[in-house]
Amino acid sequence: MQLTKSIAAAAVLAASVGTAHAASETLDAVKAKGFVQCGVSQGLPGFSNPDDQGKWTGLDVDFCRGMAAAIFGDAEAVKFTPLSAKVRFTALTSGEIDVLARNTTWTQTRDTDFGEFVGVNYYDGQGFMVPKALGVASALELDGAAVCTNTGTTTELNVADFFRANNLNYTVVAFEKADEVVAAYDAGRCDVYTTDRSGLAAQRTKLSKPDDHVVLPEIISKEPLGPLVRHGDSGWGDIARWSLNCMINAEELGVNSGNAAEMAKSDNPGIKRMMGTEGDMGSKLGLDNSFCSNIISSVGNYAESYDRNVGPDTPLKLDRGVNALWSQGGILYAAPMR
Amino acid sequence: MAGGRIYSGDLPDQPAPMATEGPVAWLRDNMFNGVFNTVLTILMGLLLLWMVPPALNWLVFNANWTGGAEACRVNPDGACWPFVSARWEQFLYGFYEKSEYWRVNILLAVLAVGIVLLVFEKMPGRKYIAFFMLFIYPIMAFILLYGNEKLGLPIVDTPQWGGFMLTLVIALSGIVASLPLGILLALGRRSKMPIISLLSTIFIEFWRGIPLVAVLFMATIMFPLFLPPGMSFDQLLRAIIGVALFASAYMAEVVRGGLQAIPKGQYEGAMALGLPYPKMMRLIVLPQALKIVIPGIVNTFIGLFKDTTLVLIIALFDLLGIVQASIADPNWSIRSVPYSGYAFVAIVFWICCYAMARYSRYMEAKLHTGHKR
Repeated sequence: MQLTKSIAAAAVLAASVGTAHAASETLDAVKAKGFVQCGVSQGLPGFSNPDDQGKWTGLDVDFCRGMAAAIFGDAEAVKFTPLSAKVRFTALTSGEIDVLARNTTWTQTRDTDFGEFVGVNYYDGQGFMVPKALGVASALELDGAAVCTNTGTTTELNVADFFRANNLNYTVVAFEKADEVVAAYDAGRCDVYTTDRSGLAAQRTKLSKPDDHVVLPEIISKEPLGPLVRHGDSGWGDIARWSLNCMINAEELGVNSGNAAEMAKSDNPGIKRMMGTEGDMGSKLGLDNSFCSNIISSVGNYAESYDRNVGPDTPLKLDRGVNALWSQGGILYAAPMR
Repeated sequence: MAGGRIYSGDLPDQPAPMATEGPVAWLRDNMFNGVFNTVLTILMGLLLLWMVPPALNWLVFNANWTGGAEACRVNPDGACWPFVSARWEQFLYGFYEKSEYWRVNILLAVLAVGIVLLVFEKMPGRKYIAFFMLFIYPIMAFILLYGNEKLGLPIVDTPQWGGFMLTLVIALSGIVASLPLGILLALGRRSKMPIISLLSTIFIEFWRGIPLVAVLFMATIMFPLFLPPGMSFDQLLRAIIGVALFASAYMAEVVRGGLQAIPKGQYEGAMALGLPYPKMMRLIVLPQALKIVIPGIVNTFIGLFKDTTLVLIIALFDLLGIVQASIADPNWSIRSVPYSGYAFVAIVFWICCYAMARYSRYMEAKLHTGHKR
């Protein structure tokens, strides 16, 4: 009896040494509790917001559902923690959430101080919206303007940088909530509304006369928005990174939720590796080899998620623009899965 | 009788004296007595004329009542009530599991019945009902809301709690905890024992001296950093404790006001009867003191009830928070939607606070036994 036990223990030990995948504490903890705890916004149109049924939807939400599908094969095995801009990093570092997908701009400070960014799921940039009546054609003509913006984000800092670099005077009218900013702008309390261009598109529909306002051509900042995980667990970071890359690669290889089953039988070795019918891409991450196939069939590829949440057919009406694949004139480029 | 005259025949008809009753008299006495008041009445009338019809138009006559988001998009100049009806479940329950709504419903029903029974003071067995509502109901509420595997109730984690239910949870926990705590602190502050008095004073002045937003931020942001990583305890609990301690400091000062209003003779009389301190307070002083400060207590409750909306800055979705999150849905990105959502929240809060205010007035009227001024 004692002997069989020790042999069994030795076998288990040997097996675990044999599959040399990166051990991840977070993955073990997530598997034990049975769901991924994902930090999202308190409501940002198209990125994370509850729908009429109380179900979270959006581009960031889809990323989290993708991770759940990769780990559990079930896109519903995820719980969402809404976080304000100020508390998001505390929630991540204190372990309240496993991954933060809250339209967070990847900057050096944040990468070094708060967590490990795993990629970019939306390339944004800060823009300006002004009333047509103001007769302004360029942001460089905004000397002395009152600028409406949100507090506690990079937006405020970018405005400061832009106006200082161009020797322009300005006053900031800052609010906590996007709705307050829009209401203030609509009421004429400021001349300019500035936020990320995706946000401008979303908030413009709420103005009393959307057509009376123009978005100025200047993009004053780079805002690569991406998910991040805690420092110190690179195995978990890899899972997040390759869940995101899986969705982007799937678009590039033409695999979507509709044709995933057929494409798994494809002869293309790249697709085979991605779908897990060949190679051990999944087990290298400590997951099932079909992890990417699970993401695609339950959440879809990047294009599907984009079109569903922010694309031209949604009220946000955002063109792909720079968020198109590199092969289609954009800058979306995922490392290959091999 | 000099200068008297004698009439023969009927006196000529006199005009009727000014009415002292009826609407005209009421208007004259209350609205138009004097130049200043007449001017004020006219100004206020104009102000109401200027504000009320557009408000009613927006809220009722020009509002969209049916038809979903499309109707609101076509007519953005009236309130968008389909937004509220499409999402009332979220506004009431937050992200609570749909299959478990019945647990919340039971609690709300018991709460409503309990409050109605307690309000009618002629109810037989009122003591037992009060005992049940104060001690058993909170335990029952916790088990039902959170769940208990042994009883076959699936766990519903607190981040899924939300909406009006969460507002009630925070407000009622705060109210139930702050009154006894406040009374203890008030007694402590007036105590002749220096250490107790000093500690109570420090506690009260500390909590009164910092804003509730700072308390909530401390509880959410700073507190987890003091704990070892991976260990955290429930965010909602942290918020409730913060709100309760904050409210109890205010409550303590309200109660202290009542204690100081009691004439010294009452204390001396009680002591002369040989009552020990607890009995003196329980039987003589506190009943009189609390009666005097009912308006202050209810005022604190109402303030606390409205302060619960501040939890949205720490991303708990109370009624206001869930409405704000719903506004972000791009399918409802219509100009009238945020205003409609906020109007709905305002109406719900007004109803709750006004009900509390009415009950306070009723209690004052019932309990006034010679102290009314």
